[in-house]
Amino acid sequence: MPDRTEQIREIARKWLADGTVEAVVGWEKGTHANRTAPVLVRSPDEADRLVFDENCTNNLMTYLKRPVLKGMQKVGIVAKGCDVKSLIGLIQESQVERDKVKILAVTCPGVKKDDGTVPVKCRACEVNTPEFFDERAGEPVTSNPDPNARLQELEKIDALSLEERHGFWRTEFDKCIRCYACRQACPLCICSRCIAEKNQPQWVETSPHPAGNFSWNLIRAYHLAGRCVECEACETACPVNIPLMLMNRALARTVKEKFDYEPGKDPEAKPPLRTFRLDDDNSFIL
Amino acid sequence: MEQTSSSVPATAAAAGWEPRIVAFICNWCTYTGADLAGTSRMKYPANVRVIKIPCTGRFDPLFMLKAFERGADGVLVSGCHPGDCHYSEGNYNARRKFTVWKSLLHTAGIDLERVWFSWISASEGGKWVETVARFTETIKGKGPFSAYREMIDAG
Repeated sequence: MPDRTEQIREIARKWLADGTVEAVVGWEKGTHANRTAPVLVRSPDEADRLVFDENCTNNLMTYLKRPVLKGMQKVGIVAKGCDVKSLIGLIQESQVERDKVKILAVTCPGVKKDDGTVPVKCRACEVNTPEFFDERAGEPVTSNPDPNARLQELEKIDALSLEERHGFWRTEFDKCIRCYACRQACPLCICSRCIAEKNQPQWVETSPHPAGNFSWNLIRAYHLAGRCVECEACETACPVNIPLMLMNRALARTVKEKFDYEPGKDPEAKPPLRTFRLDDDNSFIL
Repeated sequence: MEQTSSSVPATAAAAGWEPRIVAFICNWCTYTGADLAGTSRMKYPANVRVIKIPCTGRFDPLFMLKAFERGADGVLVSGCHPGDCHYSEGNYNARRKFTVWKSLLHTAGIDLERVWFSWISASEGGKWVETVARFTETIKGKGPFSAYREMIDAG
């Protein structure tokens, strides 16, 4: 049985050779042993550059926002289960046309973080074997999600008092250098002109100052409410290790509790903040 | 206003400190309700600064953050009761936004007693007066929003 890398190369080669796609986005070997890098493969000969292993942590769906890919008639993209969830979000919000993208899904037993640990998303993973795809590489992997993995993270912050929570984020956001790597890495941060770049009026102060950092980080999380599929791309990209996923997870919990909605599952579903119910929670409004 | 961030409510009140409250209210219901309070010669605390928005659906959480950045001690968002929206469903959409935004503020360690939401109709001038009065009292009890002030003054 050929391994996942071989199968990915084979499918990509076939697609590129018969003109099914103009290019395939995937991972290639990185600059050192436990790194991979994104690669855009445009010809069948180049397909051998593609790899898949536990270091393929990046979510490549963020590249679908790029004009170079948007301009293509059809593009192939290699996607793990978690990446497929963000692609479903993009299709749901009409950011990607389903028939313009060929999904080369790959079954995934889990990836590793830079420090060698297993990400929360992998411990909680329900989509080791993606079910939304055009072709799939790899033998199916049975999911064995730890139902508490996500909530365990939140319990740390739930246990803090109001002042402690404020202090916690005050310290964390103080590290922010406003590089916007979180935004760039996020497949669902889709605005071509981000609110942080608008200066008439200047909603978010752009210098790395506590008040501006607070606004930026809150608004970034808020704009992903009901949309974030918890792929952890933002947190992985953050050069100063701000636990951004804590905010995203807290919002995901609220969306699940209040609107009974989980993103990244149904490309036909209406996003929870684009709709409402007459009996939505009204208890906090005077 | 010369307020140090360490002010406890008692000393703040003693120093003649008055809270600054920003109210984002919808054109069709709460604004008209506030207008009714005025034309009915009802009195309410002058601590509230009213900013009219076309609908609570227009409310953007950035408005609130900006208000706090510019020194607000409390923010009130108010509009038409469910079912009464001039645009049919603006307030229903707003309610969902409030729900997630409030939960994010909670996680971020912002005191939710400084953030109020209400539905006040055009005929509820009394409810406007009562809400603003109660909110002002609450903020007076809590003192200046020193946790936010500290972020503005830092660096």
